[in-house]
Amino acid sequence: MIITNNLHKSFGELHVLKGVSEHIEKGEKIVVIGPSGSGKSTFLRCLNLLEVPTQGDIIIEGESITDPKANINKIRQKMGMVFQQFNLFPHLSVLDNIILAPMKIKKIKKDEAVAIAEDLLKKVGLFDKIDSFPGKLSGGQKQRIAIARSLAMSPDIMLFDEPTSALDPEMVGEVLNVMKELADSGMTMVVVTHEMNFAREVGSRLFFMDDGVIAEQGVPAEVFENPQNDRTKEFLRRVQ
Amino acid sequence: MNISQSLGLMVQEFSHSFYLNFIKDDRYMQMVKGLGNTLLISVLAILLGVTFGALAFLLRNSFFLDNSRFKILRGLGKVLKGIGYVYVDVIRATPMVTQLLIIYFVIFASVNINAIFVAVLAFGFNSGAYVSEIFRAGIQSIDNGQMEAGRSLGLSKIQTMAYIIVPQAIKNILPTLANEFIVLIKETAVVGYISVQDLTRGADIIRSLTFEPFLPLVAAAVVYYIIIKFLTLAIAAFERRLRASDDR
Repeated sequence: MIITNNLHKSFGELHVLKGVSEHIEKGEKIVVIGPSGSGKSTFLRCLNLLEVPTQGDIIIEGESITDPKANINKIRQKMGMVFQQFNLFPHLSVLDNIILAPMKIKKIKKDEAVAIAEDLLKKVGLFDKIDSFPGKLSGGQKQRIAIARSLAMSPDIMLFDEPTSALDPEMVGEVLNVMKELADSGMTMVVVTHEMNFAREVGSRLFFMDDGVIAEQGVPAEVFENPQNDRTKEFLRRVQ
Repeated sequence: MNISQSLGLMVQEFSHSFYLNFIKDDRYMQMVKGLGNTLLISVLAILLGVTFGALAFLLRNSFFLDNSRFKILRGLGKVLKGIGYVYVDVIRATPMVTQLLIIYFVIFASVNINAIFVAVLAFGFNSGAYVSEIFRAGIQSIDNGQMEAGRSLGLSKIQTMAYIIVPQAIKNILPTLANEFIVLIKETAVVGYISVQDLTRGADIIRSLTFEPFLPLVAAAVVYYIIIKFLTLAIAAFERRLRASDDR
């Protein structure tokens, strides 16, 4: 479903990704952990071309997105993305945040889009906030709305870039619960996270990234119990 | 001479001076005519300035060409950016009066053209450079995460601009833009250099007739003050409304 082939990314002199080659299958829940600066966010952002790789290919559902002829807007519709800073649109109500993309891109009629939004808001437990503006919501609520907004485009893949890192501790749980439900529904997910318990419980495969490469990978529980790589051992010792 | 006598004398002097400067031969009409031209040039130059500003902004952000598949279009984008940059740079680094004189005496030297039209063009061209900077600052003030969120949903860059970035940027742009209008109105006082009779020149004509500088020049200043004060209050009320909508 997602294939990356020798992915490299440099920001000027800084070589952040140093060759990532991976296959991610439909329905997998990939959790990506690693020290800051290891390239995990850059890897994720390359997958929907928010960062353009300096070298290598990315193939999504059989289509090369690194090909200059690729229609990136079309491909991005199949991939939702949730950001650390939520990035809700502050000038729009919760409802308008959710229905904007389906209406403008998929040309879905308003009443239909509203029905989708209401359904999603019930799923994330925020139906009562439908007419609120983002400024009036807590961090956890914002992030759940952001997830609903992405899901409104009915994507095949969901990317999460440290979705709980900007949240107060008491709000982390509500967001992780929504993500767990999403995982249970069979969504293909790639999650960059510092939540080790979430990684262990929900991840079907774990990537440990360090210095621009996937230094170790495997079933999360196994990697946590029995890390092979010295750098993985060192990292896990520090975070646990 | 007691106080009431000297007061009476002052009133008498003032009313004579007032008569001489404004009433006699309908001299106040010099200023009325001048005010008309000041307002005409200001309003048209503001409209032209916003147009030039928007064009310069688009030139400097020829983003629709950045990711073009064709090298020649990407090259064109660079050239357009260069033009926009030079325009803003040159206009902002040279005095308004100099620009006005160059446009009137150099560019339109060999054509017989209405000086008011030249003034509108000069002030509009000048203001456009500042307006484009105001647009740029307004757009840049929007967090890049907004663009990323829009793009990640599948919206194109132009759609994201239209539905997400610009509606938010307008709130930052409008108050600054209104201030630019105020600056522009005051700047028009130099059109006398190309013999257009504006409010200032009208007052100065009266001065040259009566040899009394005080009343006509102060009267002109008062009229400017009233116009600007009125605008400032209107902008303040407008900003309060914008801020109120932020709290929802």
